[in-house]
Amino acid sequence: MNRTDSLMLRRRFLQVSTAPFALVMGLDVEAQATAPQKYGADTMPGGTVDNPLVFVSIAEDGAVTIVAHRAEMGTGVRTSLPMVVADELEARWDRVKVVQAGADEARFGNQNVDGSRSVRHFFEPMRRVGAAARQMLEAAAAARWSVPVSEVKAVQHEVLHTATGRRLGFGDLAAEAARQAVPTREQLQLKTPADWRYIGKGKTAGIDQIAISRGQASYGMDVLLPGMVFAVLARPPVVGGRLRQADTEAALKVPGVLQVVEIPGFKGAPGFQPLGGIAVVARNTWAAMQGRNALNPQWDDGANGRYDSTAFRREQEQAVKAPGTVFRDNGDAPKVISEAPEGRRFSADYFVPHLAHATMEPPVATALVNEQGCEVWTSTQNPQAALDGVAATLGLQPAQVKVNVLLLGGGFGRKSKPDYVTEAALVAKALPGTPVKLVWTREDDIHHGYYHAVSLDHLEAALGPDGLPEAWLHRTAAPTITSLFAPGSKAAAPFETGMSATNMPFNVPHVRVEQAEVAAHARIGWFRSVANIPHVFATQSFVNELAHRAGQDPLRYALALLGPDRKIDPSTISDVFNYSESPQQYPIDTGRMRAVIEAAARGARWGRKLPKGHGLGLAFAYSFVSYTATVVEVAVKPDGDLSIVEVDMALDCGPQINPERIRAQMEGAAVMGLSLALTGEITFQNGRVQQSNYHDYEVLRHAQSPRTIRTHLVGGDPTLPPGGVGEPPVPPVAPALVNALFAATGKRIRSLPVRQQLRKA
Amino acid sequence: MSGCAPARKFHPLTCPTLWAPAQPTMTSLKINEQVRSSSAPDETPLLWVLRDELGMTGTKFGCGMALCGACTVHVNGQATRACLTPVGSVAGRPVHTIEHMQSDRVGRVVQQTWVDLNVAQCGYCQAGQIMSAVALLKTSPKPSEAQIDNAMSGNLCRCGTYPRIRAAIQLASRRLAGEKA
Repeated sequence: MNRTDSLMLRRRFLQVSTAPFALVMGLDVEAQATAPQKYGADTMPGGTVDNPLVFVSIAEDGAVTIVAHRAEMGTGVRTSLPMVVADELEARWDRVKVVQAGADEARFGNQNVDGSRSVRHFFEPMRRVGAAARQMLEAAAAARWSVPVSEVKAVQHEVLHTATGRRLGFGDLAAEAARQAVPTREQLQLKTPADWRYIGKGKTAGIDQIAISRGQASYGMDVLLPGMVFAVLARPPVVGGRLRQADTEAALKVPGVLQVVEIPGFKGAPGFQPLGGIAVVARNTWAAMQGRNALNPQWDDGANGRYDSTAFRREQEQAVKAPGTVFRDNGDAPKVISEAPEGRRFSADYFVPHLAHATMEPPVATALVNEQGCEVWTSTQNPQAALDGVAATLGLQPAQVKVNVLLLGGGFGRKSKPDYVTEAALVAKALPGTPVKLVWTREDDIHHGYYHAVSLDHLEAALGPDGLPEAWLHRTAAPTITSLFAPGSKAAAPFETGMSATNMPFNVPHVRVEQAEVAAHARIGWFRSVANIPHVFATQSFVNELAHRAGQDPLRYALALLGPDRKIDPSTISDVFNYSESPQQYPIDTGRMRAVIEAAARGARWGRKLPKGHGLGLAFAYSFVSYTATVVEVAVKPDGDLSIVEVDMALDCGPQINPERIRAQMEGAAVMGLSLALTGEITFQNGRVQQSNYHDYEVLRHAQSPRTIRTHLVGGDPTLPPGGVGEPPVPPVAPALVNALFAATGKRIRSLPVRQQLRKA
Repeated sequence: MSGCAPARKFHPLTCPTLWAPAQPTMTSLKINEQVRSSSAPDETPLLWVLRDELGMTGTKFGCGMALCGACTVHVNGQATRACLTPVGSVAGRPVHTIEHMQSDRVGRVVQQTWVDLNVAQCGYCQAGQIMSAVALLKTSPKPSEAQIDNAMSGNLCRCGTYPRIRAAIQLASRRLAGEKA
């Protein structure tokens, strides 16, 4: 294992809680048992930092600068976390400036914007940052006036001495405040939620909205540096393939082309390493593309050259016919199912294909290598991993690498894998002193992604006399993300099965959840909400089918299946993942689940009389320790042409820090969920992706988008620990859609994408 | 690196040899009411002249095939995909980009409405969305739903801001009508 491998593995170990990987990778489980179990941010590299001197500075004119240490990919985190600091600080929002941090997890705490964790892990630390800075300002004012600190109070960018009416601006106190001792955790006085000015109010404008609307916002794609050259890379079309030859002479003859640079392929498992290939460097992006067109590269494909989606699906269908690795076993589900009478036994298979993230900004990075080291400018969800990857690959010390973080033109999980950053660094190494911008074209993005796992899910149930299942068997067959880091790995990690398979919360006495192992032949990666997509599609479609079998209304059936309100400790249902959060702090609360289901149903006026050809479909999920439900209304014409009429999205994520951005994420999740359900499909033939751009990897367009997406924020208890927001609303959308199509037409769609399956010839 | 000054000495905005070093002719462009010249070969897409040569990065690269609309500019007031528009074909014709929209009556209102409704998530596609919306509102000040569908469906948004974009177009339409009245 080379250094990159071991480094990346380590990062992943820490990243996804050690417990799930312990089972997969054979860590010393005994040693784990004796060490205190870590949860939440403590499982992440860098953990959290709450030192105000790291995050806040105040100028003499009173301007407050707050560091956004996590990258912005559209969730609003660059606004939301600084807003939390400003609130506790009692700063005026119009006097706050936000600066973006580069990669430095030792200084700032974890920076990996992935797993719906930004607010979940940093709400409390950022409150402490703001409160500590406020108390330091108050202490400085009290010292200046020689009064007890209890007599002074920070209010909107000033500190007041209530008894005398004296006041000092934050700017006047800045220098003295910085010399005050940073309050200890015990000394901190956080505001009570009633005193919050910004948190939960939804009135704080996004800090980048004006620049974005004027074309002035700077994304990774927009970096321009003096003397910059531009590169595109011809990569092996098959993962693990190697360059045999290329017509570099022809490429160099293209006007504007300066140089070609060969990039070595990865060693061991792909991880976040480059795929390899040959880069064409030119005076501008267009010339680089023309140069690449002239390369005519020949490749040795390697073992993955035989990968074929159609054949692989048959392999998955076979795999789920036999028992697999058991992840959860309550009672004896196989026995109860096999002994159930014919009419009470039911089974179905569900399929979700590979998906590509297709961020509007393709991956892109700029790198400059010189005698000092390497400086990078990029849009990345994972700056520290980008830094570590560059350092390891170029043989530099981490301190010699600097990673500047720009806005991301979308992430969705793609840009948490910094392979493209290392590529840029390797090309730049061949041109010392010259900044190189390495641009991925759309075709590069579709052909060389980290794909959402193609997934085949087999469900079986035995229904009791009341129509509810007495036994439930879920067998999932999908290539595992762990294959990115461990060559040949086929065993799913608990962080995959723990996404809506193992932790199925229904009130069913006999449950078995299994994984049937299949191999990975492509780079498998996180895609917004990850394994929840296939697992929720399968289980929520299946519940709808069971309701139909039982002759019951799907909403009433779902609530009955959920059972009485209760808090389930995930560890009692064999889930050791729970999104790395403490099972005590974050139990699965079926009452909260019921409330979001009811909110979505109420919003959609469930049970109303619908026009002919219309149907309502419901689905719900617990993911990233939040609760979501979706109701979709569809209209299907007699020829099978379908449209989405309305969508109701309900979410309980605990405290609602920036409700306006939560709603935006829910709206976006509805559209992304519909995209993947209606048209999303990546297929492989001879190891090559068959799609190339938005004409054959279609995503939803304006005309297909529902005109109305109602968002319902449920709960909001500020005393609860926060849940995720970015990913949770995605998984219920696809099953809600197919359930609606079933209600409208009586036709059950078990295989995504829906595409033309309802079309009549 | 022949033909251009050593690294760090030249700038994309000023280096005369950024494109083909021996390109003898310059294309004269009218961009945002200013005369600019490009040394790029005629067949070069306008997108890359704007971004790499003129340093105007508001116009985005998304697909290179006129499928996503991120690169939308106005040529003679028409919404046009810069990624497939040869620079030679716009020589002497008025080109307007997102960078000009603060100086445009409709553009300014549309931009402000986008901000007021917090339309953007990642924001990468929004310059193109705004350029398509401005072109629409100039030809159809009160666009119907179908006109919005037609004018906007070439502009993709992966974050899913479509309902807010639609609402912003309708609000901007009302604001513009109010301004006139």
